[in-house]
Amino acid sequence: MNKLRTGAFHTCMILLSLLWLGPVLWVVVMSTRSFDDIAAHGVGSLPRSFTLDTYRQAWTDGGELRALINSMVVTVPSVVLSLGLAAMAAFALSRFRIPGRRTILLLMLAGNLLPPQILLIPVAKFSELTGLYDSLWALIAVQVGFGLGFYTFVLHGFMRDLPGEIQEAATIDGAGTAQIFTKVMLPLTRPALAALGALSFTWIFNDLLWAITVLRTDDNMPVTPALLALQGQFVSSWNVIAAGTVIAAVPTVAVFLRFQRHFVSGLALGAVK
Amino acid sequence: MTATISTTSVTPIRRRRRSARLSPLLVAFVLVPFAVESVWVFWPALQGFWFSLTRWDGMSPPAFVGTDNYVELAGDATFRGALVNTVIWLVLFGGLSVLGGFGMALVLQKERRGVGFYRAALFTPVVFSLVVTALVWRVFYQPDGVADTILRAVGLESLIRPWLADPQTALYAVILPALWRQIGYVMVLFLAGLKAIDPALHEAARMDGANSWQRLRHVTIPQLKGVNAVVLSVIVIDSLRSFDIVWSLTRGGPYHSSELLSTYMYSTAFQSLRLGYASAIAVVIFVLALAVILGYLVRAFREEA
Repeated sequence: MNKLRTGAFHTCMILLSLLWLGPVLWVVVMSTRSFDDIAAHGVGSLPRSFTLDTYRQAWTDGGELRALINSMVVTVPSVVLSLGLAAMAAFALSRFRIPGRRTILLLMLAGNLLPPQILLIPVAKFSELTGLYDSLWALIAVQVGFGLGFYTFVLHGFMRDLPGEIQEAATIDGAGTAQIFTKVMLPLTRPALAALGALSFTWIFNDLLWAITVLRTDDNMPVTPALLALQGQFVSSWNVIAAGTVIAAVPTVAVFLRFQRHFVSGLALGAVK
Repeated sequence: MTATISTTSVTPIRRRRRSARLSPLLVAFVLVPFAVESVWVFWPALQGFWFSLTRWDGMSPPAFVGTDNYVELAGDATFRGALVNTVIWLVLFGGLSVLGGFGMALVLQKERRGVGFYRAALFTPVVFSLVVTALVWRVFYQPDGVADTILRAVGLESLIRPWLADPQTALYAVILPALWRQIGYVMVLFLAGLKAIDPALHEAARMDGANSWQRLRHVTIPQLKGVNAVVLSVIVIDSLRSFDIVWSLTRGGPYHSSELLSTYMYSTAFQSLRLGYASAIAVVIFVLALAVILGYLVRAFREEA
């Protein structure tokens, strides 16, 4: 009886896993098929050809290389800046008696929970006003500003639970606030920083809405909006679009695999306290 | 999240007395991040509310028109359609991802052979952008794509239709990929919550002769209260924010059949250049998010009392 149940469980789960992984594998396989093969047999057919030229087309003709560089230029500074600023705020709010600290923290969190639609028009106009419109600077600024609240909230929860003795000992040894922050608190907060780092990288890298709000020129687009443009450029070349899709997905998959444990704990950080 | 807020108090560390002046450095530690968020979030949000009371094309200065935009919204059939679609989206996408995610978390909570792989499989799409997700599924929906091939194989050719181009099916054809990506995410949240439940409670219930259904109802679900609040907030906010997947697959078409408030707001703002009117739609999205979350909080508090 138990054997039967185990068998049924695995059968169901393998089918479900296939449903989840199948579409992904299908696209990977499709990216290696020739145009003629897909044209003749349709995207729903099994492959009868193999080529990697599709990747070259997406990479150079499709401008994916440029888009990936843009993505990195936006994502890496945005992650570092927003986590740095969030750590500063979380440290001050969690370890010192700042007047009104709870209100400040909740206000910062609320800012991240706002539907971004209410911000799009003012942010687009403000970036025009400051001359940042259609530059990667605008995108970095808005990603940092919008993400800060949530990261501060999570880091605050983490720092609050650290024991106070270490900080006291450092204070008695004559360490200043800045030293306690960099030498004591940041190293202790490393697990939370790693988790949020993996998460924020994925979010910022994957963003579409902010990018198409503050950027206009194709050459400035990061990889996510560029992938939509690629679809228009290679309308019926499904194999090239698939190759572009794979290229756009690889960085976040790599970050996820590298920081797997942190990634999942990061998602759970906010949920279970 | 709400549960965490109520306990937000500074650990009673014996530190400098309360009268101690805050160092300028500490003030800067709070003020600099807060200023950054103010410039890019708080101030724009206030402006957004103000713009909703104006007529504005982005070129000439905004002209104050009072509540005209809201009056016009009330009679706008496209807006009504988008509102209905957004509610459908909230119920279907939100409801099914919670049910699916919770179900998967229950099934996969016990560590046994293969569970790690199954969890990873369900979680894989979470790391993709919604644009990637959209393209993966576009292959599925193509004429003569995977969906049609499967239907043909089982002899259901009569059902074949242009899934994304048929006003009858477009919205649902977009919800499916969104769910595919969200279920793994919700599952992870619930798995974390289930892990935090004291096994002794289940033991005790089992000793009292509770069957697995009763244990689920009277032990697991009440214990997940904090997680439920988080998941609900995440789902409501995610649903009302949903934009990428619709924009990538249908742009809200055909004939606004898959239009959500978020896509209607975007095209009104950046394609029709009616910035005041689009701001009014954004305010409606904001009010909806607030209403659902506050409504839930009020109910939760009542239950506590």
